[in-house]
Order: sequence, then C-alpha cells, then structure tokens
Amino acid sequence: MSIDTSKVAETNSTAATAKKPNRAGAIAEWADDRLGLATLAKKNLRKVFPDHWSFMLGEIALWSFVVLLLSGVFLSLWFNPSMGETTYEGSYAQLRGVEMSEAFASALRLSFDVRGGLLMRQIHHWAAMLFVASMMVHLLRVFFTGAHRKPRELNWAIGALLLLLGTLEGFTGYSLPDDLLSGTGIRAADGFLKSQPIVGTYMSFFLFGGEFPGTDIIPRLFIIHVLLIPGLLLALITAHMLLLVYHKHTQWPGPGRTEQNVVGFPMLPVYAAKAGGFFFIVFGTTALMGGLLSINPVWMYGPYDPSKVTAGSQPDWYMGWPDGALRIMPNLETHIWHHTISWNVLLPIIVLPMLMFTILLMLPFIESWITGDKRDHHLLQRPRNAPTRTATMVALMTMYGLFWAAGGNDIIAIRLHLSINQITYFMRAAVFIGPVIAFMITRRWCISLQRKDEQDLLHGYETGIIMRSPEGGYTERHLPLSPARAYTLTARDRDPDVLGELPGGPDANGVEPQGGLASRLAGVRHRLRKLMYADNVQKPSTAELEAAHHHAEHEHELQAPMEGHAADGHQFDGHHLVEGEKLRADD
Amino acid sequence: MSTLFLYLFLGLVAAGLVGALVSVAVLGQTVARAVRESRPWSVRRSLNGLAGRLSRHRRRPVAGLALMVLGLMLTGTLYAAFAPSSSAGSASSDEELVETGRNLFLVGCSTCHGQNGEGITTLEGDQLGPALAGVGAAAVDFQVGTGRMPAAQPGAQNPTKPVTYSDEEIKALAAFVASLGPGPSVPDPSDYSLAGLSEEEREEAVSRGGQIFLTNCTACHNFAGKGGAMPRGGNAPNLSDTSAKHIYEALLTGPGQMDTFSNGNLSPEEKRDVIAYLYSLREQPQYGGFDLGGMGPVSEGMFAWIVGIGSLVCFATWIAAHTARTSRRKDEAAA
Repeated sequence: MSIDTSKVAETNSTAATAKKPNRAGAIAEWADDRLGLATLAKKNLRKVFPDHWSFMLGEIALWSFVVLLLSGVFLSLWFNPSMGETTYEGSYAQLRGVEMSEAFASALRLSFDVRGGLLMRQIHHWAAMLFVASMMVHLLRVFFTGAHRKPRELNWAIGALLLLLGTLEGFTGYSLPDDLLSGTGIRAADGFLKSQPIVGTYMSFFLFGGEFPGTDIIPRLFIIHVLLIPGLLLALITAHMLLLVYHKHTQWPGPGRTEQNVVGFPMLPVYAAKAGGFFFIVFGTTALMGGLLSINPVWMYGPYDPSKVTAGSQPDWYMGWPDGALRIMPNLETHIWHHTISWNVLLPIIVLPMLMFTILLMLPFIESWITGDKRDHHLLQRPRNAPTRTATMVALMTMYGLFWAAGGNDIIAIRLHLSINQITYFMRAAVFIGPVIAFMITRRWCISLQRKDEQDLLHGYETGIIMRSPEGGYTERHLPLSPARAYTLTARDRDPDVLGELPGGPDANGVEPQGGLASRLAGVRHRLRKLMYADNVQKPSTAELEAAHHHAEHEHELQAPMEGHAADGHQFDGHHLVEGEKLRADD
Repeated sequence: MSTLFLYLFLGLVAAGLVGALVSVAVLGQTVARAVRESRPWSVRRSLNGLAGRLSRHRRRPVAGLALMVLGLMLTGTLYAAFAPSSSAGSASSDEELVETGRNLFLVGCSTCHGQNGEGITTLEGDQLGPALAGVGAAAVDFQVGTGRMPAAQPGAQNPTKPVTYSDEEIKALAAFVASLGPGPSVPDPSDYSLAGLSEEEREEAVSRGGQIFLTNCTACHNFAGKGGAMPRGGNAPNLSDTSAKHIYEALLTGPGQMDTFSNGNLSPEEKRDVIAYLYSLREQPQYGGFDLGGMGPVSEGMFAWIVGIGSLVCFATWIAAHTARTSRRKDEAAA
C-alpha cells in the first residue's frame, strides 16, 4: 500500500485546514468548546445495551413518569389546592349549588370547563397506576433473573425506595381532589397515624394542623405531591440510571457473552430509536386509556363530607394490599391505663407494610449473606436455576396477591355472589398457608425444569420421531442440542456443595471455632444454604457430557439401519382403501 | 258476579232517569199552565185537577203496572241522587280484590307467611316468613313486582328474578296484605315525578337529591348506585335499572337490610329528588369514557394491570423482537 504523497503540504503556507464545517457541526463544535460534551457523548452514545423484552419493563416506569410530569404540569395550572369553601356554579348540573372546597371545585372545573382537562386528569391518573405497576413488574424481573446481586444491591435499594415514594406520591395525588373518595382515604390515613401508640395523636395533629380535617391538609399534600416527592423521585431516578450506566446492563448468557463484556446494540442509533419509540407507545397507551376508560369520576363522588361514605371505597391498587390486611385483621385491642392500643389497625397497616418494605430492601443482602457469594455478576440467571430464590419471590407475590384480593373483598363478594364474611375467614388463613404452598410448588417446579435441561444436555432434545425396533419396542429419537443452545444452558455457575456438616472442633491451625451468637448464626446460615442449594440439579460435568454423547452416538449407530424405513403395518392407517395391501413381512 | 251487579245497577239508574224525566215533564206542564194563567191559587187548582184526572184512572187495569214502574223510577232516581255512585262501585270491587288476593295468597304465600299473613316461626326460632300485618301494599308491590317474592328458596337475600304474578294479581295480593293492617300504600306516579316543576326547580331537585343520595344511600349502594356487599352474602342491589316506583317503595318499606325512610325521615319531595338524581345519572353521558362498571378503584386497578401493563409488555416484546436492521441483512446474506 503506497501512500500518495503528492497532496502533502510542503510549506506552511498551504497547511491543511479543515473544510468549512456545516451548520450542525459548527453548533456542536461551539458547544463542545464550552461544555466539553464530545468526550462524554462519544463514550455514551456508543454505549451498548443488550436486547430482551424484559429489559424494557423499567422503561415503562421511566416513560410513564415523564407522562406524569407533563400531564401534572398541565393540571397544576388549573388546580387550586385550597380548602376554602365555595358554592359550585360550574357546568356539572347535578352538583350546582352544592357547597364544596375550592380544591374540589377546581377539580370539577378541570373536568368539565377546561378544554382537554378531563383527558389530562385521566391520563395523569392512568399513568400513575402504570408507573407503580411497571416498577413492580421491573422489580420482579430483576429479582427472578438475579440482577440484584453484587454489584447492583444499592441500585436495588434505590429501586425499592422509588417504589415506596411512587406509592406515597400516588396516595397524595389520590387525596388532592377532595372528593368523597379522597376524603375517605385521608380519614383512613388519619386513623392509621393515630393507631400508633403515644406518638400517633401528635403525628396526626402535626400533619393536619389540628383536628381532622382542618384546612391545612390539601395545601400540604399538594406541596408534597408536586414538589417534595417528585424532586426525590427525579433525584433517585437519576441515581438509578447513572448506576445502570456505571454497572452496565446485565445480559443473558450465550455464546460470546461473558461477565466482562456486553453484547448488544449501541445507544445511537438503535437504542435511542427503540427507547424513544417506546416512550411514544407508553404515552399513546396512557392517552388511549385516558380517552376511553373513565378513572376516578370525581363528579360522581361529590365533595368530601365526613358524614358520607360510599360502598367500594378502596384506595388505588398499589395501596390495596395493606387495605386488604386491614380488612381481614381480627379485632384486637388492648386497653392500658385508659389508653387503647389498636392492634387491629396498627399491625396490618403500619407494622406489616414497614416489615414487608424492610424485607424487600434487604433481599439482596440477605441472599448474599446466605450464599456467601461476593463475586460480581453481570450474566443473568434463569429463574429455574435459583429455585429457592424464585420460590421465595413467588411466595411473597402470593402473599401480596392474597392481601390484595382481600382489599377488594366487597367487590369480589358482589361480583361472584359470595359472602364477604366467608372471604374474610378464608383470607385470614390463606395469607399464611398460600405462600407456603406457592413456595413448595415453585421450588419443585424449578427443580423439575432443571432436570429437563439436564436431560436435554445429556440425551438431546425430543425430535418427535418414534422408532420401532425389530423386536417391536418403541423409542423416541433424541438429537443433540445445537452447540449454541448447549453453551447457553451450561453457562451457569455450579452451586456450592452444602451437604457436608459444618466443621466442628479446632481447625488445622488449632483455632477454636467461634462460640455464642456467631456460631448460632453460622448454624442458621448453614441450614439456609442447605435449603437453598441441596436439591438443585447441577449442570453436567464434561465427563458426563462426553459419556452421554458417546452413548447417544452408539445408539444412533444401532438405529442407522432402520433410518428411512417406515414401520410395517402403517399402510393400514385408515386413510385409504386397503384392498390389495398386505404386510411387507408376508412378501 | 260483580258484572251482574253492575248491569242491575245501571238498569236501575236508567229507570230512575226516565222516571225523573216524566215527573219533571208533568210537573213542568202544570206549573207552566199556572204561570200562564198568572194566578197563584190556580196552581193548587190545577194540581187538584191533575189528582182528579189520575184518580179517575186508578182502577184501570194498567194502573197497577204504571204505579209499579213509577215506584221503581222514583226509587232509582232517589238512589241515583243520594248514593255516591263511584265509591259504591269500588267498595264492592275492593272486597272482591281482597278476596282474589286472599285466594292467591293462600296458594302462593301462606306456606311461609301463614294463612292470615301472621308469619311462621320454625321450631328453632327462625323465621320462615315474617308477619305481614302493617307492611302495606307498597311492600307487596315491591317484593312481588321485582320478582323477589315468591322466594325460590330460603337464603341470605331473595334475588330479583322474572316476575311471577300479573299486575292485576299483584294488585290483588297488595290489597289483601294491606287489609291486614295499615301500612304504606303503592305510591302514585305523581309522587315521584318532576312534572310541573320549572327547569330551575328541577335542577335544584336533582342536585338536592344527589346530596341526599350521597349521604344516605351510597354507603351501601355505591356512589353510582351500582350496589355493594352486605354482611353474610347479602348485597345492596344495583339501582341502574330499578324503576322509580320500586325505588320509592323500597324507601318507604325498607326491604331486607335496608333502612326504612319514612316520610318523617325523608319527605316525599326528598324521595322524589333522590329518584330524580338516579334518573339523571342514567341519562347523563359517561363523561370519562367507559365507566368500568362504576365499581371504583378496584376495577380501575384491574384495567391498569390487564389493559395497561398487558399491552405495554406486548409492545416491549414486539420492540425487542424487532432487532436492528444490520443483523437482518446479515441473516439474509447468510440465507
């Protein structure tokens, strides 16, 4: 390869200068000179993301949050967060002349007198439902695939906080219009606060600025809803995304995919297009739902009045499970020194959610303490390859689902013609028994799937071809998996061997084992490790694979003469006339 | 039976009417003559003359017959003049109605409610059917008119079902039960109609009715009148298709677990307003789109998960399945 040197400048006067840059380039250069974004962009625009549908669940949450911000700004332009009293004189005839708060009147104004206001209200509400729901689906995906393991535990914790804040944000938004449902919800929240011994009443008076309802609660909730929590959410979402970029996205194992690389498409142009397109799909879905499906028809509920309540007073779905716990809680109260401790409220609505949230937050740390696995993980696990973990989450989901169903016990009762009391009694037991059953079924199910993988690896996949031996025996023909498939199935760690006893007595260096709490904890950990791993099916070793393949080859050799010969007797299959047909053996 | 009485009565009235006409004609002739002669005493004279003329014919063969006809006419006329004809008619037909109702009751209701509507208590002290004295015609019209009664089987609550009895039979049953003791009667359509109110008054009535509904009814029937659960398998029914008359009767009589809203509690006008509000909900468009059954946040959550998350996960799968074009070209090249 010769270099054409004829164009090389010989003197300074003809030094190579860049051509006049185009307009976009000029702007980019101007900006880069001042902001130094080029290096950052160069690195990040080429950032590679792996492709899988389940990796886009968190994106639903992100985009619905954007929809929430956009529609929320619109609503805040008309909503009046005031508990000042007014008489409604707007377009909705059934409420004309009714005394109500300015907050509710402005919610009605948004619904009936502001162009596009009702659509925006409904988009905002549906997007809020989807925001929390997609966070939960995303959470499940992360946990089932083991994406919460080191180094992503903190991002898991941030995600859990986002879920909590999203729920609180939803609750404050639900409370703002000051309709009958809002007020009932706030009244319930007031009761929850007051159920806490000693501090409860003070907390309630602090929140409401006096006795319920007062005139402070709506303005306060408004600032919490539009400033405080959205700010925290934005900050945490940013941290969540930055950590995602820093850790790089996890990927499914497969040929060419290791713990050190990420195989996928670059941010620009592929992921920008996919993610950008998904934003419009999420926006479109919320807009369609907002346009076609009625949500929170505040005009039907009417203004809040503590003397009123409606059947079907439920919170939005994400608060449904503590509400369900509250609904099925037996009526326990203790009276000490003229003071009532309402266990019937305190336990289901304060203690249980706090406990569940703590468990959620601690899950990655608890798991890594049990497994003792301190390695970095960037390759995902299939749910079946961590049977106990998968079963744990399914058990938690079952518990959640049962509490959730209990929260809709009245709707279930009327829709399915059941007795609300029977549902309550059933749920009281089911929330404890259900998760245990779900745990056992899921764990065994996962192990069965592991066995199936092992079979496929050792004996090949089932072809559906039935072979008939000369002796008349039938077998199904198995063929070996493709190398890529076999690689993917075996690209997992071998679980630690936990069947041995914990070593007792002094070790090789004569050091006595720890006593007391530490040793008891070690015992617990050992038992948990046994539960976690003992029944799992490990991937076959090289020797096992080779032996199996050797065996298969031998079998195929034996079957070779039968290849291409249809089994005798099949000519009498009932699909055509058999006159003149006879068994080939008769020839 | 009753039709025969009716014909006899009509005949009597007709006879009376003819008699009265003849009497008036004869009397009028006499008086007119007296006036023509314009001598007051001549009235008496001409009356005497009339009596003489009649007396002359008193032994004629037709006299007896004529007298009898006259007597009948007089009786009929007097009867027609003094007896209030309409009430006389319903009095006899009301008794008929009660009798018809009693017969229906003995066949269809007495097994549980007793032969005289006194109610039947089982040996365990449970009530097979409550005593019906004093429940009034409104209760019967509601229970039977919505198909709740006759009950198919004992249970938490009698469901509505196709109505068993005809309107006349329900009326008869109601009349019989009403005869057992004083109780609310079937409301008149004017009781729950907004007719005669100005546009402004109607609007006020609807909004007042809405507030009464939200205060007194939504706790069980839900904010949109779509119904709600009650203890032990009972339910507050969906009011979306309930007729105004039956709502009014339910308010008056408090069927099942429902409270009785007597006129002292909710005045007839307030009852009317509640019904007007419920009807206004039926007529108004669903402003926000499909109302998801009007069940509140539970159905909203279900739609968020199934329609929202369901469709978005499908879209995510679709997007992930359509990978960048570069690889497709590669595939095509390889193929």
